[in-house]
Amino acid sequence: MPALLTMRNVSKSFLGVRVLSDVSLDLEAGEVHALVGENGAGKSTLMKVLAGEHTPDSGTIRIDGTEHSFSHPSQAQAAGIGIIHQEFALLPHRTVAENVFLGREPVRRGRVDRRAMEERTAQLLTELGEHGITPRTYVHDLSVARQQTVEIVKALVGRASPKDPGASDVRVLVMDEPTAPLADHEVSLLHDLVHRLTDRGLGILYISHRLREVFDLSRRITVLKDGRHITTVPTAETDTDQVVRAMVGRELGTYYPPRARPEEIGDAALTVRGAGNTRINGIDLDLRAGEVTGIAGLQGSGRTSLARALFGAAPFTEGTMTVAGRTLRPGSPRQAIRAGIALVTEDRKAEGLALRQSIRDNALLVTRAVHARGRPPAGRALTGLLERVTLQSRGEDQQARYLSGGNQQKVVIAKWLAAGPRVLLFDEPTRGVDVGAKSAIHTLVRELARDGLAVLIVSSELPELIGMSDRILVMADGRLAGELPAGADEEDIMRLATGGDRREDAV
Amino acid sequence: MTDTALAPPQPPVKHSAVRASRLTDPAVGVWLAALAVTLLGWLVVTLDGGTFFSRANIVVILSNCVALGLVAVGQTAVILTGSLDLSVAYLIGLGTLVAAETMESGSVFGAILMVLALSAAVGLANGLVVTGLKVNAFIATLGTGFILRGWIEDNYTGPAGKVPASFQRLGYDRIGPVPVSVFLLVAVALALWVLLKHTRLGHHMYATGGDEHAARLSGVRTRRTVVLAHVLCSLCVGAAALFLASRLGAGAPWAGTEARYDLESIAAVVLGGTVLAGGRGGVAGTLGGVLVLAVLDSVFNQLSVDPFFKNVVRGVVIIAAVALYARRGSRRSA
Repeated sequence: MPALLTMRNVSKSFLGVRVLSDVSLDLEAGEVHALVGENGAGKSTLMKVLAGEHTPDSGTIRIDGTEHSFSHPSQAQAAGIGIIHQEFALLPHRTVAENVFLGREPVRRGRVDRRAMEERTAQLLTELGEHGITPRTYVHDLSVARQQTVEIVKALVGRASPKDPGASDVRVLVMDEPTAPLADHEVSLLHDLVHRLTDRGLGILYISHRLREVFDLSRRITVLKDGRHITTVPTAETDTDQVVRAMVGRELGTYYPPRARPEEIGDAALTVRGAGNTRINGIDLDLRAGEVTGIAGLQGSGRTSLARALFGAAPFTEGTMTVAGRTLRPGSPRQAIRAGIALVTEDRKAEGLALRQSIRDNALLVTRAVHARGRPPAGRALTGLLERVTLQSRGEDQQARYLSGGNQQKVVIAKWLAAGPRVLLFDEPTRGVDVGAKSAIHTLVRELARDGLAVLIVSSELPELIGMSDRILVMADGRLAGELPAGADEEDIMRLATGGDRREDAV
Repeated sequence: MTDTALAPPQPPVKHSAVRASRLTDPAVGVWLAALAVTLLGWLVVTLDGGTFFSRANIVVILSNCVALGLVAVGQTAVILTGSLDLSVAYLIGLGTLVAAETMESGSVFGAILMVLALSAAVGLANGLVVTGLKVNAFIATLGTGFILRGWIEDNYTGPAGKVPASFQRLGYDRIGPVPVSVFLLVAVALALWVLLKHTRLGHHMYATGGDEHAARLSGVRTRRTVVLAHVLCSLCVGAAALFLASRLGAGAPWAGTEARYDLESIAAVVLGGTVLAGGRGGVAGTLGGVLVLAVLDSVFNQLSVDPFFKNVVRGVVIIAAVALYARRGSRRSA
């Protein structure tokens, strides 16, 4: 019996650069097949070839033994391939049902059959155990986790025939970093969903940087590196170390750099007393030079709001804040930046980078905007800065959008370092970043702390938070629920994060 | 054609009712604004000693709505799809000329077909330049506009052709105070409304304007959608040209540019709450926007306000409306 999906010797080049060479992969029905590799390994390209977004230069794609070649995403859909993109392809101002059936609206008597769309959407949502979404909800009113569920339902609907609107003939579901936008407690819900999908006989190609998930979920693991197929192994017969070795081609020693020694921690660079706004309140906080402070909490607990308040993006409306001895409550990012505060935001593409501008322009964005009088670092100084953040690129003129997630994040960090901050705030510093770049960013963050910066990290990835932080503050319901010393375990954190009025729903 | 005749029993009707009842919906707001402007105009004109709700005045307001309305409804289609059409004014000029000259030498029916064919061709050209050559719509349609203008300037120096009395009835006949041409506008608007809300093409137009990448990834043929939107727009413009030809009795090279239908139509669309970037809005709001502009015009004419003041008020109204929508939009997404 032929495999559900077989890709053989797929190659693809862009502008003469080989990004995939002779990659082969197969997928059985009811299987979760994990695809791992560093950024730039070719996972996304392989996925886009499968999705019909790129046409391969050579190689074949067979579904149930039938060969296909796709030149448009709709053809891949018609062949039964559904894709969950890392960035959702949802229209915020349309309803759930309209999104689910986008591009394949059922038509009855010449008109779009809304009722059929809504009934089928509701049915699928129920089948997937999702009861909080109605088909007529506008997507912008949904939480990120629920938007993802909508994406999954959308992928399942596949190519409906007019006679049987919404007949699900999707056989292969590709999920690209599906847990990246999710909070911890949402991840297990997604995993339940994945199991329900495989029970229906779907084959799932699961792309993720989070190896723990890969091991929890997959039956087989395929490792790509530099556009080549390295290995495919049954998950039960391998372990994390082997996979990581295959991915990076070297052993990764300890994942996290050593923490600060007590004598390296200096005075408070930023002090907050009794501060709050509509989302957070009663915040007392000291960020000390040389120290990495971690902020934990469930999604919606106010982690991001705290970082944004400190940065003046959603300012505190009460309380006091002192930066390097000066009283100042920033009312705008500009004021915060002038006081030496920097924020690496959660959403790199929307808030961190001007994607169509060059690495150079991005790196100089803050200095040009705020320190208009001073000479922005140019030439050697800029090159030095980019080397410092270990950026890998084709040159300073390369547009930021062509960089991998890890390298994009390094550009964002360089942008802030160019402004010479005292306090560096990170919101999800390594989201969507591959293993290699992740450890480079961790090392860099520690070096910056050692140079005397006060660092704050907000992260929903608890191992990262525990590994990086010199102390951990846990938020719940807009307040600081408690403080834990370095090396606290996940259980301690979750206990504080979920204590008190526990909120089931993510905001 | 009425709503109830078109809609199958319950859910869709209920659905649009649910939507319309959202007070944040600009389409509702603009109609309330049109009502307010009308009442205010009536008050001011009456205080000034005039009669606002005279039959003659109503006829003038409604006929003024027709030409701008047809163009604005077409413009709504392209703007929703994330594009724009700046060639409409020249197409109107050329359309009236083609209509009048064909009617003079041939049949009315043939002339209508000619104008619509010409319009469809221009729309197709606009759409293909925007999608195929990937020229920004602003520039692409400005370019086709220039080409049409060149053709007009080279071949015409003034009015040409003659529209037979039979066809002039479209411009002048009326039922009570309502010009028959209003029914043309209503029919075109209703047809586009049905298309936008109830056909796949309509859904795809919203999707393409909302997020072209997302739409493409969902299997929508975004290029074709944009091209069709341009064709629809130009067909509406063709209808406006036919109306103006019947109204003027001859082909008028500058019928479109003198009334600045290009920018006026965009103003009406935006006033009606359609987002210039595309993806949100609709025909209902646009008609409200057209009405607001037409009523304002009529009030100013009756009061013989000086043109400077008149344009200042129009400018302020448009900017204020869009600023209001922007505030609503940001509050909702916050």
